[in-house]
Amino acid sequence: MAAVTGVASERRVGAVASAPVLSRHLRGLVLTGTISLFAIMLATVYLMPLGYAASLSVRGASVEADQPLWPSDPAQFTYNGETYDLYNVPLGDGVRRLALVRKGREQSTFVDPNDPTQSIEWQGRWRTLDRVWMFSPHWSNFVEAWQITNFGRLFFNTVAIALIGTVGAVSSAVVVAYGFSRFRIPGKALLFTILVGTIILPQQVTIVPTYALFTRLGWVGTWLPLLVPHFFGNAYNVFLLRQFFMSIPRDMDEAAMIDGAGPFRTLLSVIVPQAWPAITAVCLFHFFFAWNDFLAPLVYLVGHEELWPISVGMSYFTGQYSQLPHLIQATALMALALPVAVFMLAQRVFVQGVVVTGVDK
Amino acid sequence: MRSSLARRESTWGLLFLAPWLIGFVLFFAGPMLASLGASFTDLVLVRPEATHFVGLENWSRLIGDPLVRKSLLVTGNFLLIAVPISLALPLLMAVLLNSVHLVAKSLFRALFFLPVLIPGVAAAVIWQGVLNIQTGWVDLALRGVGLPGPDWLSQPQWVIPALSLISTWSVGNYMVIMLAGLQNVPSELYDAAKVDGANAFYRFFKISIPMISPVIFYNLVLATIAAFQYFLTAYVIYQNTAGPNNSALFYMMNLYKEGFVYYHMGYASALAWGLFIVGLAITIGLFASARRWVYYAGGDR
Repeated sequence: MAAVTGVASERRVGAVASAPVLSRHLRGLVLTGTISLFAIMLATVYLMPLGYAASLSVRGASVEADQPLWPSDPAQFTYNGETYDLYNVPLGDGVRRLALVRKGREQSTFVDPNDPTQSIEWQGRWRTLDRVWMFSPHWSNFVEAWQITNFGRLFFNTVAIALIGTVGAVSSAVVVAYGFSRFRIPGKALLFTILVGTIILPQQVTIVPTYALFTRLGWVGTWLPLLVPHFFGNAYNVFLLRQFFMSIPRDMDEAAMIDGAGPFRTLLSVIVPQAWPAITAVCLFHFFFAWNDFLAPLVYLVGHEELWPISVGMSYFTGQYSQLPHLIQATALMALALPVAVFMLAQRVFVQGVVVTGVDK
Repeated sequence: MRSSLARRESTWGLLFLAPWLIGFVLFFAGPMLASLGASFTDLVLVRPEATHFVGLENWSRLIGDPLVRKSLLVTGNFLLIAVPISLALPLLMAVLLNSVHLVAKSLFRALFFLPVLIPGVAAAVIWQGVLNIQTGWVDLALRGVGLPGPDWLSQPQWVIPALSLISTWSVGNYMVIMLAGLQNVPSELYDAAKVDGANAFYRFFKISIPMISPVIFYNLVLATIAAFQYFLTAYVIYQNTAGPNNSALFYMMNLYKEGFVYYHMGYASALAWGLFIVGLAITIGLFASARRWVYYAGGDR
């Protein structure tokens, strides 16, 4: 992209005066180059932390001050059962990679790994030399992180909570949205205003009494507080589906009704088949919500490690093992792998769902 | 005949609304009232039978509590830095994505949107590393250009800027909504302005911004509410400590500690209602201000 900009701007200087048509074309090219280059820079800076996590996750356990950013280990040379570090040594005929066999204050002895019998004396302080680094990603970090965090368990719990919750969230939102979009009910406008209002008002207000309620029911220490509330129609999902249902012509459900279908039947055989994009969006929203949910599992599952989802397990692990940053970053990458993969597969549906809830208010 | 049909219809309708109505009473309205009630008691959950009515004690404590004042200050500071960023950055991204000159639009849209899908705990953990004073890439870059890299997450004065920086990873939805807003602006407006000789700068501030002011407003409301409920990142980084010198004692962090670390449920209920009242007041304030600067193309919407 940089090359395109450079060429275009150079040519532009000569072109402006002589040929206005061509100059407009070039102006377009310059703009495309500049704007795309800017977007690349913005995306690079914005996603830089992911590069950091990737680089750290395959790094060795100990890091030295002069270690490069890429996953590396000091290059070494083993000879006669002894291990020596390799250094970049400036000699008369250029810089050579040599193994340091005897460390001296002002003069040290090196050997060339290709010809270890010949020792080379070098004048100078060996501490000022650059070490040779070898590219060596520690893939085993992922295995270690998986075992330490018991990631399989966390993963299973998260998926189970997300799937059960999604079933509840989608089925209840479909039913409620159908009620709001197709039936004349006294006071419906007011009810709908209340529904939208519950999206905007901070829900944390309810966490203390809800906690008291679930304690009374004996649900603390189980998944029930994370699942049951989602079976009652989340306002955001209802809003999204209701907007979509409103856009489906009524002729078809009226025809179905005339053919003797009841309201439930009409919902299942007429509305739902036409609303798949919106229903998929709701599924995805809930899936991501459940994957992210933190405060509820934190308070309801305290002390029940075997029930924890990834979010809580990872937060605990981070607190316990802050001296193992490479494993922490490996865990972070494992935690984001599935959501990112799902997004890549279902990008369009997801983005459209966000647009519907955000713009049509 | 007609009225019985209407009654039948509304009965069916209510039947379909029932899940939400029941949920609203069980998990919203009921708990709201219960927490209002609890805010006048010294409820401690482990021994509910020993609960007493204490009148306005929790409320007067709340008003005089230096920790509440501190938490409002922290939350307010965060709001003033993070909310403008949560509007400006996604707007910039949306303008880029809406430009006819950008190549590979859908790729960039995916890249700009991606971070919002990264689980909050993972994002917090990654940024905690990125902002590390020794090995983090931000300070490495700053030192590279000769600037002193601050110890972002340990120096009290850098905590809020650091958390605001981390919050740039949650603007994906705002960006998508702004982009949809920009795409809905009729292109005749731009054409007419071009004929009149308006430059790109003028077209952006006099056409784009007013035309998408409803979605900017919507995002402003969402970002403000999100700032009031801010908890996850601060908790993952500081656990129960609330940061050096309580510099990350957000309102929700204080509420969490009172309720679920010290089990002062009565006081936590008062705090929750305090949050509700402040949040409601600010939302109403925003809606009142909207009349002055939000333009609805469709007239009275």
